[in-house]
This record gives sequence, structure tokens and C-alpha cells, in this order.
Amino acid sequence: MQLTVTDTEDPQIIRVDEGRIDAAVAIQFKDAVREAVSPATARVVLDLGAVEFIDSSGLGAIVAAMKGMGQGQRLDLAALRPMVDKVFRLTRMDTIFVIHETVDAARDGRGS
Amino acid sequence: MPDTSPQSSHSLELSLGSSPQEIRAALDRVRRALRDAGWDDEARGTAELVLAEALNNIVEHAYGSAGDGQIRLSVVTRGRTAELVICDGGGVMPGRRLPEGAPPRLDVGTQELPEGGFGWHLIRRLSDHLNYRHDDGRNRLEIRIRAEGEASQD
Repeated sequence: MQLTVTDTEDPQIIRVDEGRIDAAVAIQFKDAVREAVSPATARVVLDLGAVEFIDSSGLGAIVAAMKGMGQGQRLDLAALRPMVDKVFRLTRMDTIFVIHETVDAARDGRGS
Repeated sequence: MPDTSPQSSHSLELSLGSSPQEIRAALDRVRRALRDAGWDDEARGTAELVLAEALNNIVEHAYGSAGDGQIRLSVVTRGRTAELVICDGGGVMPGRRLPEGAPPRLDVGTQELPEGGFGWHLIRRLSDHLNYRHDDGRNRLEIRIRAEGEASQD
């Protein structure tokens, strides 16, 4: 599971360098995000621009990663590709996360 | 001889073990088959998601911790319709019928947010027709998916 921290704070931006977040990698993904999140930053953005496919296990892993964050910390999502965006809309998880159209928009703190 | 039928037919049959890694490999083959059948990215993504959820359920629930079960999958496309048939020798669905697939509630505190339970909701939302049978110790699930929009020509 490859993640890259591209911005260290305000917000911290974590890029997911994987094409798929599915049942085969859900647990590793959750653990890797938890490890990558800086406890010092209030807002963390997951850059999903490289992710072409997510299933409900992957969705659950993102929720689990969010639950593992500290109080007062927030997990936003950015750059969802069409299929990933569809999964968030169909499960209404798009109402739980702030989703930014681009990483630049996430940096500026604007919603979608 | 050129294919003169208005809706050419493609089919794929494969057998896989009940593990997430084998599901990945199977989905990859189905994705290629659907591309060969002229399905666009969105339609392929929909079919792949439905199939992933159905196969994940077999691995996690029908076979559960007995991780060496076999799954047989057939995919037949006719034009913009795909018929998926999945057979396994795992446990029967509770009540011998498919789950209703009600979406998990999200009006809860952060720590209570669901991390699962979306699979059947997604399958039901994205499929056109479902049929389930359990005979002679085997599960048979039929799923029909229709590609929305125009099929791509490449």
C-alpha cells in the first residue's frame, strides 16, 4: 500500500498511489492512512486522484481511517474519479465527508 | 464472415478460489471482456462494482473462514446487457433469499458510522434483475446489468 504525504500540514495532504481500494487491500489501506495522519494537523485531505476503483470494503476502510483520527481532526477527500464518486453518492457517504473537486480546492479549504 | 447481428454476443467463463486476490484477477478479466464487447468506462465500472460486491459476499459470508471454496463465474454480454451467473458451494443465504439491501443509517455519531453493509444496497441499485437459487448445496446468483448511455464504438 503506497501513500505519499504531499503537503505536511494545513491541511496535510495524503496521496493514495494505488489504482484500487478493494477487499484485497482494505485493512492495509486503513492501517497505512492511520500511520500517515499527522496528529498535529486539524484537517487531513485524502487525494484519491489515482484511485480508479473502490468497493464497499474500501469505502469502509476510509470510514475506519476517519474514525481513528483525533477529536477535532477532520478527514476530507479530493479528486474523486467518476466510479469512486458514484460509490460515495450511492451510499450517501458524500454527505459524511467534505469532498473537494481538486486537490487545489482542498488546499484552499473550499467544499465541492 | 462479418458479424451482421445487431447485438453481437461475447461470453467468458472462469473459475476462481474464494480469496480477495483471485477476485481481483477475475475482475480484471471481466473488465477486459467488457471492453472487447464495446462497453465504456462507466458501464464497465458499474458491472465491476456489482460483481466485486457479489464475489466479496461469497468470500466473506458464504465461505466465511473456510477460505478454500471454489466460485464459478460466467459473463455473457448481448449488446448493452450483461448476464452474470455466479455459483458457489458455500453456505445458503439467510432465509434462502437475497438480502433486502437497505442502506445503513448515516444519522449516527461519527464513531457509529457503518464500515460495511453497503454491498447489497449497491448491487440492487446498479443491477437490472437478480435471481437467487440454492439447490443441492450450491448457490446460484444471476445478475443482469444494463449499460447506460451509448455503447462506445472502439
